[in-house]
Amino acid sequence: MNRYTLAVLVRNQFGVLNRLTSMFRRRQFNISSITASESESGAYSRITFSFDGEENGKVQLINQLYKLPDVCSIKELTPINSLSCELMLIKLKNEPSSRDEIHAAAEAFKAETIDYTRESIVLRIIGNSTKMDDFIALMRDYTILEICRTGTASIEKGSATLRQNLNL
Amino acid sequence: MLFSGSDILVKTLIEQGCETVFGYPGGQILNVYDSLYKYQNEINHVLTAHEQGAAHAADGYARTTGKVGVVISTSGPGATNLVTGIATAYLDSIPMVAICGNVPTTQIGTDSFQEIDITGVTLPITKHNYFVGSVEDLADTIREAFKLAKSGRPGPVLIDVPKDVQIAKCEYEPQPPVERDEPFAAKDVRIEEAAEIINAAKQPFIYFGGGVIISNAQEEVLALAEKIDAPIGCSLMGLSAIPTVHPRFLGMQGMHGHYASSMAMHNSDVIISLGVRFNDRVTGNRSKFAKGARIVHIDVDGSELNKTVNSVCGLRGDVKLTLQKLLPLLTESKKEEWTAKVDTFRAEEKTCLDNREGLTPRRAILTLNRHLGENTAVCTDVGQHQMWSAQNLNFRTARRFASSGGLGTMGYGFGAAIGAAYGTGERSVLVTGDGSFGMNLNELATAVRYNVPVVVIIMNNGVLGMVRQWQTLFYDRHYSSSVLERKTDFAAFAKSFGADGEAVTTPEELDAALSRAFAYSGPYIIDCKIDRDEFVLPMLPPGGSMDDIITKLEVEL
Repeated sequence: MNRYTLAVLVRNQFGVLNRLTSMFRRRQFNISSITASESESGAYSRITFSFDGEENGKVQLINQLYKLPDVCSIKELTPINSLSCELMLIKLKNEPSSRDEIHAAAEAFKAETIDYTRESIVLRIIGNSTKMDDFIALMRDYTILEICRTGTASIEKGSATLRQNLNL
Repeated sequence: MLFSGSDILVKTLIEQGCETVFGYPGGQILNVYDSLYKYQNEINHVLTAHEQGAAHAADGYARTTGKVGVVISTSGPGATNLVTGIATAYLDSIPMVAICGNVPTTQIGTDSFQEIDITGVTLPITKHNYFVGSVEDLADTIREAFKLAKSGRPGPVLIDVPKDVQIAKCEYEPQPPVERDEPFAAKDVRIEEAAEIINAAKQPFIYFGGGVIISNAQEEVLALAEKIDAPIGCSLMGLSAIPTVHPRFLGMQGMHGHYASSMAMHNSDVIISLGVRFNDRVTGNRSKFAKGARIVHIDVDGSELNKTVNSVCGLRGDVKLTLQKLLPLLTESKKEEWTAKVDTFRAEEKTCLDNREGLTPRRAILTLNRHLGENTAVCTDVGQHQMWSAQNLNFRTARRFASSGGLGTMGYGFGAAIGAAYGTGERSVLVTGDGSFGMNLNELATAVRYNVPVVVIIMNNGVLGMVRQWQTLFYDRHYSSSVLERKTDFAAFAKSFGADGEAVTTPEELDAALSRAFAYSGPYIIDCKIDRDEFVLPMLPPGGSMDDIITKLEVEL
């Protein structure tokens, strides 16, 4: 199993996300994260998928996605050719026994405290997925109340863009 | 000039060259039917007995003409009744546009009467589908749908049109019919690679499918075979592209394919696959499939390359155009040894042929062959009769065979045969079984109403023959729910619907009945009694390879 990231530029129409995720479902790929938003042009949306799978299946999936009329461009993003980051909000129980350790870890990870009450602390942390995973692992020693992650946002290094790839 | 949405819809169909459409009216599509009434001199609508029949008729029309088949239904149950027909077209790459009514946009999403999310339902079985939210988008959406349906690898496209969009008015200007996207040949570098592999082949085999019919590449396929001295086989979907009697043609591949064809592919060193996919019904056990062969695969749909079997050279492009570029790069050669080997397969096949006396399935099809004109379309349902037809019909003209290959839809045939009669403008033939026929026999009413000449041959064995065959071979002869034990008198049934028919028990009776059927104006049913323990042979057991092929029945019955 490998982790893959695909950036897909699609026509900005209702139901388009459904068409794409339906293709993942049909080929039995489990999407580990997904981000979707309008792109630099209102006519297109940009969707970034992260998923685990095998090379063969990934190629199949890309081929199948290209057959959807709404799909305009697909690029596989790797740690070498791209920059990725994710945002996470994590809510922890505020207890005197753990408060200092949480703050020390937060400082080391450059996490920001954005909410603080007698019962809870909410931290905001930005970085790649591994950093998030590491931070969560650390926080498991304390009481995690809630986690919300945005999924990976990825962009290619240099001046290349998805739109240059428009092939349909 | 201002037109209502429903007028625009019908006018756009006319503008796109639709002469005949199939369908069934209902509450949310009434406006469109009012416009069909208004423009009835320019477009012909055929009312079927059931929306599924209409979808299959549009499919049969498309298969025989190469044009886009059009089916129209109302919302809710009308739309869901199309689903099997759309899926059948999707799996066999048939160009089709399905148009459904829906509740007004103001009521969408409220579970209104006869409301269904048909774009959601048909998402995985259409090339694309549209929900038309405003009348201004309607004409262009229909044009885009036609373009999509016939471009590249063809397929069905669905358009969902809410009632208020049918009523609303806007400007309409007719446009010329849309052209399919310009077909393209594969990349030169790939073609050169392919030529190198084919030139080095000692035992090449050409395996083609429906893509050859779609791209009209018969001439190029035959030229290729001549140049490299190769035998030819095809998938079920490829049947009719090359005449059965062509000396290089070995017939169909697969689970019930011709022995010589399957053996030649299994023993080849290079398989040149043209507009065909490697379905599990063709390959059997994929790990044992044609192990010694390198595969050169040409397909317009890039996602088919390396999908189920790995090719050494995958060429994405139109079969005809790619072959035209490939042919000059090939060296002409004679392959005596390989030809001799293939001849031994042919000889072996001859010894396995079923030459029994009496009304055997093979004899029934051979008798039918004598009555078929060059332009007669033969449609089938699904099961044993379908395989007997595929094995024994004398194919003469491309697009004169329609059968549900990918989805294997029982009940496909009658609708398809009606569509085929409209498509060819001639009498069509339906070969069916008593099981399949039972699924959509209501369409006899349609054939009678429009006086469509369809000759129906029911291979009547009182059982679900293919299910029974599997139960005999693999389920210890537990004939679970496969014995029909019905008391249907098909000749009387035909008469009660206003058609005619008779039952036959010998080849001579069948021959005489066919003469009457082919002279009759209107649908004619021949109830052809055959034995319930007839088998389709040869048979590659599921998941087996050519080493496991069953050519003769050794089970005690």
